[in-house]
Amino acid sequence: MAELTYRDAVAAGIAQEMERDERVVFLGEDVAAAGGVFKATVGLLEKFGPRRVRDCPISEQAILGATMGAAMTGLRPIAEIMFSDFLAVCWDIVANEIAKMRYMTNGQIQLPLVIRTANGAGSRFGAQHSQSVENWAMAVPGIKVVAPAFPADVKGLLAAAVRDPDPVLFFEQKSLYAMKGEVPDGECIDELGKANVLRSGKDCTIVALAAMVHRALGAAEILEKEHGISCTVVDVRSLVPLDTRTILSEVVKTGRLVTVEENPRLCGWGAEVASIVTEECFWDLDGPIVRITTPHVPLPSADQLEDNTIPSVERIVREIRQKID
Amino acid sequence: MDTTVKRKKTESPEIEIGRETRLELYRLQVELRYCEKRAYDLFLQNLVKGTSHLSLGQEAIAAAFGVAMRPDDWTFCTYRGHAHTLARGASMAGVLGELMGRECGLLGGKGGSMHLTDVTHGAMGSYAIIGAHLPVAAGAAWSAQYRGTEQVAVCFFGDGTTNIGAFHESLNFSAVWQLPVVFVCENNLYMEYTPIHAVTAVKNPAADRASAYGLESILIDGNDADAVYRTAVECMTRARKGGGPALIEAVTYRHSGHSRADPAKYRPDGELEKWLERDPVKIYRERLLHLGFTEGTLQDIEAEVTRKVDEATAIAKASPTPSLDGIERNVWADGGAAWRN
Repeated sequence: MAELTYRDAVAAGIAQEMERDERVVFLGEDVAAAGGVFKATVGLLEKFGPRRVRDCPISEQAILGATMGAAMTGLRPIAEIMFSDFLAVCWDIVANEIAKMRYMTNGQIQLPLVIRTANGAGSRFGAQHSQSVENWAMAVPGIKVVAPAFPADVKGLLAAAVRDPDPVLFFEQKSLYAMKGEVPDGECIDELGKANVLRSGKDCTIVALAAMVHRALGAAEILEKEHGISCTVVDVRSLVPLDTRTILSEVVKTGRLVTVEENPRLCGWGAEVASIVTEECFWDLDGPIVRITTPHVPLPSADQLEDNTIPSVERIVREIRQKID
Repeated sequence: MDTTVKRKKTESPEIEIGRETRLELYRLQVELRYCEKRAYDLFLQNLVKGTSHLSLGQEAIAAAFGVAMRPDDWTFCTYRGHAHTLARGASMAGVLGELMGRECGLLGGKGGSMHLTDVTHGAMGSYAIIGAHLPVAAGAAWSAQYRGTEQVAVCFFGDGTTNIGAFHESLNFSAVWQLPVVFVCENNLYMEYTPIHAVTAVKNPAADRASAYGLESILIDGNDADAVYRTAVECMTRARKGGGPALIEAVTYRHSGHSRADPAKYRPDGELEKWLERDPVKIYRERLLHLGFTEGTLQDIEAEVTRKVDEATAIAKASPTPSLDGIERNVWADGGAAWRN
């Protein structure tokens, strides 16, 4: 086991796959010589050279279009879109082209590609550089959606995404880049579509994603110690495919479901989870499902405003106490 | 609009076009013409559903590239893509069947007229969002460059595309990376219903933009199959040898409206008639007769193509509608559509 930061795990995951497979190439803005604006790809240019690690102009449509064209003709490209907000600039390529190509061509075209992007709040960047947009992607059939919360998951899920024959949108939480964690030595390969149960309790099941996983864990600790409420915490990790089996079985054990989402309220992934739980284990529930989300507003910039907009540990504790006690 | 196009200065008259090639250029133009006419007939019979965008009048471009390309080169085209897909050798019954929503369709009925694709023949998709496929073609060219295969990606699009961002992003990207991609603007004078000159800052929508990306300005007569063929060979040969991308503007004219919903009433009186005199199939036929090919040879080609179109029509008509099982197939590589366990 080595201790790596979340950002180092990104570079380690890409390097592992590039070493293994000559078809893996990497492109994006400021990713090669500069090592990425979040320094998540430092060293890749030096290790693999400018033929495989390529700096691009500020042309998101060209970057993702080229990624698609390369993938359909035998490469396994990894593209970086610097901020997930910028996906809106090239959403046609994601939602109309990449996601639909296999289906429209009845399986003639295969797109083994990965789009990595920095998602989420915590950096006081304001509404155009801080959004959590995983629910945009989740709404489009044909694209897999992954969002890891720990360095080990970053490396393992990134490797799994590169090896997957389908297109994967890989959301890295920018507030987690500096976080450290144990990453297994040697080849690290995880599985898409598998949620992890991080903590088991008997009163309530908290289902969370990416940065919110850490807040859910923090809240569970306080709820247990200070209020005697024992919580299960499930890290969803992958929205598409969605591991409903794990979620349902954990909800049945506690009879309560709370989702913690960084995305704005409407059509957040938690709404889909709540819908599935309601349809499939309604009679196992002991009370209403609770969704803790960012309010339905664009994200404000100032410290105090941003901190009070996205779900905090304190808010999770407060809401669970109010609803469950 | 001036209907005569000056030959560009770089066109290589020294590229010889042999007699066999000339016959193939004619045969292919006739095939694209007859098949497209049949698609229109089938639409009138209510057998072709949805929309369709015909290439009638623009066949010289698709045919010339179809003849000039290597079998392993890639074509990327737009929703006006029947001709480009057929020109790569895709099954005609597969094309007509797809238009008719039949099981024998190239895409099993899941794509329709605007998305014809036949990967086995290098037809890498018809794209229905303006400009979207230009960067995709660049990416395929990158793949060829990376793997050293000397394949070329050829990307066809209309004049309207030159005003969308992806056009400019793709040209810059391809020029910086020196990618083996040939961009072909089929300037048919109309951006859907609006004359292209009314919405474009320069006279020649593609050729006048080439210099912004360090590319040669290439403006050719898109109704002259020989001119298109020579330019295609020249640009593709250069791209194969690492000479980077090309942008060709081929001036042409569509005989029908933008799509089946468009009677093209916005065209000034006499414009269509003037262009019909420059019908690419007609002028090529006259040229071949002038070059000594016999009337009988050309009639044999036309009869053979008619048989082929009739046969394809019969196959498509006889094909059943697609199985409903297909609705939830092929979203993912495992063949299914599951998004959860």
